[in-house]
Amino acid sequence: MQEFPGVLAEARLWQIVALSLEVSLSAVGLAALAGLPLGAALAVARFPGRHALIVLLNALMGLPPVVVGLAIYLLLSRAGPLGALGLLFTPGAMVIAQTVLILPIIAALSRQAVEDAWREYEEQLRSLGARGMQAALTVLWDIRFSLLTVILAGLGRAAAEVGAVIIVGGNIDGVTRVMTTAIALETSKGDLPLALGLGVVLIAVVIAVNAAAFLVKEAAQRRYG
Amino acid sequence: MILPLVLRNVAYRDIIQPLSLEIDAGPSTIILGANGAGKSVLMRLMHGLLAPTAGGVAWRESDALRVRRLQAMVFQRPVMLRRSALANVVYALAVAGVPPAEREATARAALAEVGLAHLAQRPARVLSGGEQQRLALARAWALHPEVIFLDEPTASLDPTATREIEAVIRAFDAGGTKIVMATHNLGQARRLGDEVIYLHQGRVLERTPADRFFSQPASAEAAAFIKGELPWV
Repeated sequence: MQEFPGVLAEARLWQIVALSLEVSLSAVGLAALAGLPLGAALAVARFPGRHALIVLLNALMGLPPVVVGLAIYLLLSRAGPLGALGLLFTPGAMVIAQTVLILPIIAALSRQAVEDAWREYEEQLRSLGARGMQAALTVLWDIRFSLLTVILAGLGRAAAEVGAVIIVGGNIDGVTRVMTTAIALETSKGDLPLALGLGVVLIAVVIAVNAAAFLVKEAAQRRYG
Repeated sequence: MILPLVLRNVAYRDIIQPLSLEIDAGPSTIILGANGAGKSVLMRLMHGLLAPTAGGVAWRESDALRVRRLQAMVFQRPVMLRRSALANVVYALAVAGVPPAEREATARAALAEVGLAHLAQRPARVLSGGEQQRLALARAWALHPEVIFLDEPTASLDPTATREIEAVIRAFDAGGTKIVMATHNLGQARRLGDEVIYLHQGRVLERTPADRFFSQPASAEAAAFIKGELPWV
């Protein structure tokens, strides 16, 4: 058994931490790029079936990671429709799986945030002549500081999940091993101190990211009101 | 010229009873009435934010884009975007389709017009209530509309800010922009109005030149309103 400080000093550990952040931040970036405009559009547009779509989107926030992992696995496996890309058991596959997992979270939460703000903005924006997607994106940008919390919710989900990345990534040492899969492995191997150490590092990283986001948000809000 | 604006038998639910009105260029029009008389709804029907449940609203021109660009509205509580005062005006110009190269100069001129040139870079949301309303006026005026609808623009402002806003409105009026303003403030109606449309429970009870309205209102309701309101002016 290793002592905590020994664990922390290992270069391999920091490689795992870096890959975790790389995968989860990439997934959050992609999911935000698609999910924020999607949520804004759903908040502002009026069409038949909108309510059903909102309910579905909200329900998808609870997608089980293992199910998403399995679906992406089938898509990317050699016999699957996207097998030719050769992405299975690469960090790329993990990014895809996590993006699918958190896209509904970011879209659903931003839909709610934009819809609440829309009540305040609608008349003014329509009066100025902003229509449709233009108005939706205006509101999205205007509540950008509040949306940071939406992004963090997505990041939290991505950083914490193990089910999807372990299926599509395979937990290969030095290639696709991230913190959560490493913790699962060490726990099953019985190396509880190492698993616990990794857990502490994971939580510390998540807290650091959230603290940084909070400071940015506070500063920006003081500046722009 | 998109004016005159013609409302023919316009009704809105049970808030506005069927009414016909013609709003033409020239003297400023004050829509006066108590709270709940339907002033705000009438303004929104004119501006196109609400569709009438009966009757029709028509401008002289039928080109929808020109009709939209040549009218503007200032609300009781303006919504400012989280960006600088200048950027708020630039946004309005961008939405209206003004070429990028012309936007900043046009926006700066509008800010200067309302006395906010020195606050151009200040975030709009941290401006005072009076400054925000002047910014809203600049944003509305930047495109040099033919007509500006003002919905109780000073209702939540203190007397000093109110005077500043009224000065700006008078300048717009003098510059040839048609002013259509809703208010329940008699003093303001007297100071800014050339003619008064008195609205009571969704009906137009009278439309009279301002000086005559205040000295000898035609309807009993307007007389009671003037009498009842005066102590508060």
